[in-house]
Amino acid sequence: MSENQFFVDSDRLGETALAKKHRLENDPSSRTDHMKYMPGMEQISSDIRDKVLREMDSYEYGQYTEADVKRALAHETCSVEDFKALLSPAAAPYLEEMAARAKLETSRHFGNTVYLFTPLYIANYCENYCVYCGFNCYNDIKRKKLNMQEIEKEMKVIADSGIEEILMLTGESRSKSDVRYIGEACRLAARYFRNVGLEIYPVNSDEYRYLHMCGADYVTVFQETYDSDKYETLHLLGHKRIYPYRFDAQERAILGGMRGVGFSALLGLADFRKDALASALHVYYLQRKYPHAEYSLSCPRLRPIINNDKINPQDVHEKELCQVLCAYRIFLPYVGITVSSREQKHFRDGIVKIAATKISAGVSTGIGDHESKYEGKEDADAGDEQFEISDGRSFDEMYRDMSEEGLQPVLNDYVYV
Amino acid sequence: MTKDTFMLGGREFSSRFILGSGKYSLELIRAAVENAGAQIITLAVRRTNTRKNENILDYIPENVTLLPNTSGARDAKEAVRIARMARELGCGNFVKVEIMKDSKYLLPDNAETVKATEQLAKEGFVVLPYMYPDLYTGRDLMNAGAAAVMPLAAPIGSNKGLATREFIQILIDEIDLPVIVDAGIGRPSQACEAMEMGAAAIMANTAIATAGDVPAMAGAFKNAIEAGRAAYLAGLGRVLERGASASDPLTGFLRD
Repeated sequence: MSENQFFVDSDRLGETALAKKHRLENDPSSRTDHMKYMPGMEQISSDIRDKVLREMDSYEYGQYTEADVKRALAHETCSVEDFKALLSPAAAPYLEEMAARAKLETSRHFGNTVYLFTPLYIANYCENYCVYCGFNCYNDIKRKKLNMQEIEKEMKVIADSGIEEILMLTGESRSKSDVRYIGEACRLAARYFRNVGLEIYPVNSDEYRYLHMCGADYVTVFQETYDSDKYETLHLLGHKRIYPYRFDAQERAILGGMRGVGFSALLGLADFRKDALASALHVYYLQRKYPHAEYSLSCPRLRPIINNDKINPQDVHEKELCQVLCAYRIFLPYVGITVSSREQKHFRDGIVKIAATKISAGVSTGIGDHESKYEGKEDADAGDEQFEISDGRSFDEMYRDMSEEGLQPVLNDYVYV
Repeated sequence: MTKDTFMLGGREFSSRFILGSGKYSLELIRAAVENAGAQIITLAVRRTNTRKNENILDYIPENVTLLPNTSGARDAKEAVRIARMARELGCGNFVKVEIMKDSKYLLPDNAETVKATEQLAKEGFVVLPYMYPDLYTGRDLMNAGAAAVMPLAAPIGSNKGLATREFIQILIDEIDLPVIVDAGIGRPSQACEAMEMGAAAIMANTAIATAGDVPAMAGAFKNAIEAGRAAYLAGLGRVLERGASASDPLTGFLRD
C-alpha cells in the first residue's frame, strides 16, 4: 500500500502563506527543534519518557515466535516481555485465544458493563500544522468557537438525551481558546453532567489544577506517535510540535490533581506495533509512579478529513487493531479502553464484548451542531468536523444496542470529591 | 431452635449473603434478592445517577438495606465526604468504607480506613470498613466504632478464594465484631469454608455477576453460605492431622 499523501493546498491561501507551508513541508531545516521547550512550557523532572523510549527503540517484534506467544498466554500475569510477544506478528494466528483471555480479564475487572459518553467540540481553531488533522491551520474549513450561551445550549441538548459523561474538546489554540475559556466551559459542564473530561492542548500543572477546580477530572492527550523522528515530520508548526512537552502532559495533569488520564497513539501514522507498545508502557510506568490515578487507553486509527478523503490507516486493519486491543487488555487488565466512532458499528459492537469498556454515542466532531444532528434542526453556522466518523448511532440507539448485546450500559461511575 | 440472626447497627438480619455492587446489572440484583435472599446490597455512590436512565436506586426493593460504599475515595477525607453525600441521597446511615490508593489492585488503605471509620462513627453512621486482614487494624477499627469488619479474602474480582485464610481466622477469633468476608470469593465452596470458620456473612459480586447462569449461581451461594453456617453452629467434628488416635490413652498411667 502506498503511503498517505497528507499535503493539500487550499486555493484561498495567499502567496506568502503558501510559500511558508511548502517550505515547512519540504525543507526540514525551516522547522524548529521539536525537542526544545517553548517559553512558558513547564518542564517537570521525570524518567518516564526515557523508560518508554528505551523499550520502544529496542523492540524487535520480528524476533518473537509462536512459542513466545503461547508462553505469554499461559502466564497468569502478563510481563512486559509477554506483552511484546502478544503485539508481534507471531501472535496473529492466536487472535481467537487472545480474545478469549482478554474477555476473561475484562469481565473480571469490569463485569459486563459498558460505559457510554459523548464528546463535545467547543472550538476548532488551531495554531498547529499537523498534516493528517482536519483542524490543521492550513486546512480550509469553517472555523468556530462557541460562546458560553452556545455551549450551554449544546449541553442542554446532550444532557436531555440522557448522557451523563462528557468529554470536551477544542482545537489546539491557546490564543483563541484560552485556559480561562475552557475553565468556564467546565463550570457549565459540571452543572449538566456527572463526569467531565477534557481533550485540549497540553497545559502546565497549575493550569490543570485550575481546570480541575472548575470541575474537570479526566485529561486525555494523544501522543499521536511515540516515534520522535516521525513525529517531527507530521507536526510541522505550533506548540504541538514540541514532543516532550506533550509526552509529559498526563504526568502534569496528575500533579495538578486530576483523577484520571487517557493515552493514545493514532494508529497508522508510524509503526503501529511500536506505537502500541509505547502507549501501553506509558500507562504502565506512570501507574507504578502514581498508583492512585486512573488510566485509560484509546485506539484511534487514521481517518479521512475534509479536503483529503484519501487518508487511511495503512497496515492497521481491523484484525491488527483487534490484536492491539486484546494485548492491551491482557497486559493492563485494570485500564479503561475506549473505542472511537472512527470505527464502524460491527467492530465496536464486537470489541466491547472482548476488551473495550467505553464507547461514545451521539457523536459529532463538528462545532455547535448538536441541535441539528440530534433534533434535525438546520444550522448553517456550525463549524466543520475534525474527521469523518464511521458510527453515527445516537445515544438511545447505542443504549439499546448495548443492552441487546447482553451488556449493561453505565452512564456514570464517578463522583467529584 | 432459636433463630440464627446477626445484628448490624441495631438491625437484625437473617440472610448472611451480601451483594456487592461493583459489577452490578439489574438481572444480578433481582437474582440476589429472589434467589439468594439478600437483605443487604452495597451501592457505589459513584454509580448513582440523578436522571432518568438505569438508576440503581430504582431497582432495589424497599425491604433491602442499602449499604452505600465510598468507592472512589483515595483518603479518609474523601471517604467522609462521599459517605455524607450518600446520606443526603437518602441511602440511610449505613456505610461501607472503601479507600483505595491503587487503581491496579484496588487494595484498601488500612490507615486511612481507621481514620474515616472514627470520623463517620462519630457522625452517627453504621460503619462497615473494608480492610486488609490485619489484627492491629481490626482492633483499631473496633475502638474507632466500626459495626463490623470486612476483611478481603483475595484481591477484588480475582475469584481466588480464601487467600488470606489464616489472617481472617485470627480476626474471627480475636475481634468482638461480626467479620464479613469481602472480595475474592470465587466459588460457593469458598463461601462455605469462610462460614465454617465463623464468619458472620459473605459479600460477593464478581463470582455471581460473571457466572454463566446468574440466578442459579446466586442460589448456589445461598445454599453454600447456609451450609457453612450450619456446620459452624453444629461444631465441626475433629479432623485428624495424621495417623489414627491411640486407643490406649497416653495419659492412662496417671493414678491420682
